[in-house]
Amino acid sequence: MAEYQKPLPAPSEVSRPFWDGLTAGELRLQKCEECRRHIFYPRSLCPHCLSQRLGWVKASGRGTLYSYTVVRRAMNPAFQTDVPYVFAIVQLQEGPRVTTNVVNCTPEDVQVDMPVKAFYDNITPEMTLLKFEPA
Amino acid sequence: MTLKRAAAITGIAEMRPQKSADGLSTLGIWADVSRQAILDAGLERKDIDGLLIGPPIVEMTAMWPAHLGEYLGIHPAYQNVVDLGGASAAGMVWRAAAAIQAGLCNAVLCVTGEASDVETFYAPRARRPNQQLPYREFEAPYGPMGVNSGYALIARRHIHEYGTTSRQLAKVAADQRTNACANPEALFYGSPLTIDDVLASPLVVDPLHLLEIVRPCTGGAALLIVSPEMARRSGQTPVWLLGAGESSTGMMLSQYETITTSPIAVSAPKAFAMAGVARSDIDLISVYDCYTITVLITLEDAGFCAKGEGGRFIEEHDLTYRGDVPLNTHGGQLSFGQPGLAGGMSHVTEAVRQLQGRSGERQVRNCELAFVNGNGGIMSEQVSLVLGVE
Ligand SMILES: [Zn+2]
Repeated sequence: MAEYQKPLPAPSEVSRPFWDGLTAGELRLQKCEECRRHIFYPRSLCPHCLSQRLGWVKASGRGTLYSYTVVRRAMNPAFQTDVPYVFAIVQLQEGPRVTTNVVNCTPEDVQVDMPVKAFYDNITPEMTLLKFEPA
Repeated sequence: MTLKRAAAITGIAEMRPQKSADGLSTLGIWADVSRQAILDAGLERKDIDGLLIGPPIVEMTAMWPAHLGEYLGIHPAYQNVVDLGGASAAGMVWRAAAAIQAGLCNAVLCVTGEASDVETFYAPRARRPNQQLPYREFEAPYGPMGVNSGYALIARRHIHEYGTTSRQLAKVAADQRTNACANPEALFYGSPLTIDDVLASPLVVDPLHLLEIVRPCTGGAALLIVSPEMARRSGQTPVWLLGAGESSTGMMLSQYETITTSPIAVSAPKAFAMAGVARSDIDLISVYDCYTITVLITLEDAGFCAKGEGGRFIEEHDLTYRGDVPLNTHGGQLSFGQPGLAGGMSHVTEAVRQLQGRSGERQVRNCELAFVNGNGGIMSEQVSLVLGVE
């Protein structure tokens, strides 16, 4: 298999549990122990109340498609073989939104507000990306 | 605190945008427009005691004010980089006025632009090792198309929430092209464009077509913002800062509370309140237009129409220089070109030209009040200004 050419996430100490969760096939989110809100992306403090008392919880992996676009010309040549592909924002059931791709369907099947579920894309032996597919 | 009449723009300069750098350097462009702006304001080099710079997008370095100060041989008492993306130029205007009001300086030179083209703009940027910016980790792996895909996400959601149509969006590009065809300085001067042409251009990032997306190019612009005393002594008609407001959200759309309402809903009311004027008093709307959707959302959030009514507003009004709602009479960046952050400055320079009555064929009659908006990032950084003549 050819080497993976696309940008790879470089996990930090703070975000490591999120990426480890994906590799294990589950979506883990931070949750603030003060204001009880879920947090994405992983941070060293809560963006809602600045508390540093954060824990990790398993999330449903369910959500709806907040918005999407179909990329028909790749800016990074590594994505050229993928066009047209769906670049999207998913509204997670737990509250936060994430940037992602919608996969396992054609761009024509995609609609705003449609229900989606997590798809764990093992792009390298060490790295899994959080993508979504129609639910 | 008010900045109403704290300072005035008395000099402008703007290089005609060109498709590629053709051997020009960014610093060389800045020096050239700086010199012209000083002359335009009727000042001398020794009068310049403030310097604000909008950094180039492609060429990254530190200490830009020192680079330009050395090149021009000026020694400002007040200098800074204003790093608000496309909102930098509008942001410089009120920062200059605030510095003047505080007594820090009297004549602030504001400069931006760059030597760039489509190829260098879209070329992969040099990677800095260990750079832990969240978008590198949580967006880049999914293949965004620069900021194009961000604005496409906004347009798609707006269409979904409010029934906006591609035809309504395309009319922004077509009307602005009519304006550009009356502006010999515009990159697309002499190339008329219809709504159907826009809709027939390739869909690059749904729902945005190629001709709804701005074109990076080479160019530069400068403003001279001076104290009220200097303004009254200048040979030019002073264009007064009457109102200003600024607000911002973030870098990644996924982090915004909503993507269909921008911080203009905060910055514009501040600017109008400071100026003490109504939307209906405005003679010229000169607002950032990296994409057609940017203009639509600006019209809504600045209060020229109700939220969600932007599409209908665009449909029902003639946005050309001859029309009932003159908007981006220089062609907007979509038709004038986007020479880095000088694209954002073009909305200020055009407002100044119109207010001073030197816009030639496209002059709006009795133009006394202009609304200017600068937008940076993905509808993130917003600076709204109300400018006027006596
Ligand atoms: Zn909290």
